[in-house]
Amino acid sequence: MTVPPERQATATETSVSRRIRIQSDASAVRKPQDNGDARRAVALEPVFDVNDVSIFYGPKRAVQHVSLQIYRTMATAIIGPSGCGKTTFLRCLNRMNDTIPGFKIEGQLRYHGHDVYGSRVNRVEVRRRIGMVFQKPNPFAKSIYDNVAWAPRNLGMRRDLNARVERALRDAALWDEVKDRLKSSALGLSGGQQQRLCIARAIAVEPDVLLLDEPASALDPIATIAIEDLITVLKRRYTIVIVTHNMQQAARVADKTAFFSLDSERIGTLIEYDDTERIFTNPRDPRTQDYVTGRFG
Amino acid sequence: MSEQLFDPTAPLTPSGNLRRREFVGRLGVGACTAAAVLAVAILAVVIFTVFKRGASSLSLDFLIKAPPIFGGPGGGIAPELVGTIILVALATAIATPIGILTALYLTEFAGGRFARVVQSAIDLMQGLPSIIVGVLVFGLLVAGHSESGYAASIALAIIMLPLVTRASQEVIARVPINLREAADALGVNRWRTITGVVLPEARAGIVTGVILAVARAAGETAPLILLLGVFNQTQTSFNPFASGGMPNIPVEIFNLSEQADPDSFSRAWGAAFVLLAMILFANFLGRMILARSAKRTGR
Amino acid sequence: MSLGDGILFGVCAFAALVTIAVIGVAGYEIISGAVPAVSKLGVGFLTHTVWAPNFNKFGAGALIYATLVSSAMALVLAVPIGVAIGLFLSMMVGTRIRAVLGPLVELIAAVPSVILGFWGILVLSPFVHEHIEPWLNHALGFIPLFGSPQTTGSSLFTAGLILTIMVVPIVASLSRDLFLTVPLEMQDGAAALGATRWEVIRGVVLPTTAPGVIAASVLGLGRALGEAIAVTQVIGAGTAIHGSLFRTGDTLASRIAEQFPGESPLWKSSLFYLALILLAIGLTTNLFAQYIGRRFQVGGMAGV
Repeated sequence: MTVPPERQATATETSVSRRIRIQSDASAVRKPQDNGDARRAVALEPVFDVNDVSIFYGPKRAVQHVSLQIYRTMATAIIGPSGCGKTTFLRCLNRMNDTIPGFKIEGQLRYHGHDVYGSRVNRVEVRRRIGMVFQKPNPFAKSIYDNVAWAPRNLGMRRDLNARVERALRDAALWDEVKDRLKSSALGLSGGQQQRLCIARAIAVEPDVLLLDEPASALDPIATIAIEDLITVLKRRYTIVIVTHNMQQAARVADKTAFFSLDSERIGTLIEYDDTERIFTNPRDPRTQDYVTGRFG
Repeated sequence: MSEQLFDPTAPLTPSGNLRRREFVGRLGVGACTAAAVLAVAILAVVIFTVFKRGASSLSLDFLIKAPPIFGGPGGGIAPELVGTIILVALATAIATPIGILTALYLTEFAGGRFARVVQSAIDLMQGLPSIIVGVLVFGLLVAGHSESGYAASIALAIIMLPLVTRASQEVIARVPINLREAADALGVNRWRTITGVVLPEARAGIVTGVILAVARAAGETAPLILLLGVFNQTQTSFNPFASGGMPNIPVEIFNLSEQADPDSFSRAWGAAFVLLAMILFANFLGRMILARSAKRTGR
Repeated sequence: MSLGDGILFGVCAFAALVTIAVIGVAGYEIISGAVPAVSKLGVGFLTHTVWAPNFNKFGAGALIYATLVSSAMALVLAVPIGVAIGLFLSMMVGTRIRAVLGPLVELIAAVPSVILGFWGILVLSPFVHEHIEPWLNHALGFIPLFGSPQTTGSSLFTAGLILTIMVVPIVASLSRDLFLTVPLEMQDGAAALGATRWEVIRGVVLPTTAPGVIAASVLGLGRALGEAIAVTQVIGAGTAIHGSLFRTGDTLASRIAEQFPGESPLWKSSLFYLALILLAIGLTTNLFAQYIGRRFQVGGMAGV
């Protein structure tokens, strides 16, 4: 798969202006076809409302004082150097940190107005609505079909299961490659295919939100581009939060970007959160500026 | 944009079929808990029964007197105690060196097909039913002669051997490679490294393996019945090489359990108490040694 | 290589040879002991059910039947219970409880079979006879397996229960180890799809470890097949095949324990023949378990 022409640099382009061009192209693709005002209003409704959240593992503070809002049907990227709590924060959104011993969260984390860590909240229900794809592809030791069909079966979606599986695989841009071998083992797929399978698995149950934890970091560049294209399409339907250490990826794919780094106490925190364009071209905080221009990290 | 299957703004309480699925899950967890409770309960019942019924027979006399020759109350299991100790000690003396050396061979010197055959032989030996071990030693040593204690010890040694070997293998393999490399770097001969560095490091695990093998051998009955017969339980014997067999605790318990009088039963419970207490103690001791060594070395 | 190195190597290699020799000798002794009976009685030995030493008639049919039935019963009970315990220890409790309960379950295997058998005679048999057999006969008596109880609790059924107690710790501790090896990422992946814990167990943990659990069960089966003493104590030394589990019987191992070495050459050789059958079954199950262990890369599978 060759690099599409619009991604190639033109003669006089700098990397920054190329980022802007690609980003605005993506926005152009996203522009609503009809009823634009209603869509824009809807798009600005927050799905997650994070208010002064700090995360502890036992006595150790991993992340502190994070406040931001994540909005509907757009992709929000979380970038920053390693070890500053990006994945920890992401996993809090769907309560995947609960099993880690000593885990504790302070502050308010609201999903559509409901406290995610409230006393009557059912963890399994949270994960049904907020799906997750992990850094390393983790397909089950089952057939391709069963990987995708497993969760819908649990949820009782047995009618039109074949159609559901096909739709999920198509949306994950994997259908054509596997349609003739749905019964073969998922472990026989390449890394990039396995990751797309994991994405298909996650969207087969039609969640509300999709969390992606460095989904392309274990993949080669060509597979990475395939995943990124996928995200650009998926974000029209799902709210997406993606953690990535690849700045270019964030610039290509995300509408909004959050920059995490270590604060003065060497604890992870949110430094700056804004439209992607702003973060990469004219950030407010000097630390953000340092990071996105590659001066460190 | 497809319609959602659920209302995302609804409270985060179970929707759809989640309640039913969680109920099924609770049933599953309940069943597994019940199974674990059942297992521990059975263990408790057996140990409790043995200790309770055996306690009434216990006394100093019980441990130093022989059983009454013609049955009846009183007496003790002194000959059996002596016999078991001697048989097991002899078996340990045979099995431990062979086991450790074989383990050394497999971890330090081996490679290729011969090692695989040896490993397979050890695994097969571990799977041999103890009665088969009795039959084979019988065929080898006893056929035609009278019973003898040393044949029984050899049978017990065969049962102990795979246990000692595998336990030793595991600990020797876990000795950190940097310790061996340090010794090599000092120009020390290989055999000195093994005897002076590797084996001492693995000492705790090897000792535990031997203790657990001893516990296993002390309770084995089948080979002893075949090789020593069920009689001659009243005469203390200190010589396993003499003909005429050797009294021992497991066969005595078996013997008494097949008789139908209360005196035999109560003596059997007492013997069972002593045997079980020794075995439980050995297990406990072995685990303690292992735990303490793990804490000390951080492994 | 110095002289010391050479001596150590030689000594170790010798020890290794001894272990191989033991297996070789085992095969040789048992086969040669059985040869007279094999040549005289042939393969029909396996199906003839009459075992009457006084008439020089020997047949292992009833023994093979009782061996298979009692071991099958033990597997049917012990594998689900053992797997459930393994799941409990690995998936449902924390490290602290696991560190206490795990060794307790393994301790059951440390109880000598003669003590378990003795307990079986005086405690389990009467209990089974008075409470369990009548109840089963009442509830399921239309199945021939559950006929009417006999005079004592000594039966195939009680023997099967004792064997179950012996096999459970093997399956439980091996299963627990297996379940702990299932990668957390795979379980996380399932949980992130909105599956309950139990669904993760059923959909990911159990299918992934199935080959290992089968190997563990085969090892447990080997244990059950070879148990002689405890079975002898509670099975009643019967000689015929009955349809009901509540009748007496005798297994290959227990018959050897009871009558070895016999009082005539053919008797003795027939007992060796029994040992040969037992050895063959034991080796096959052990090798099968080793094979599954190697093929599906499960550590510590060969031997318990």
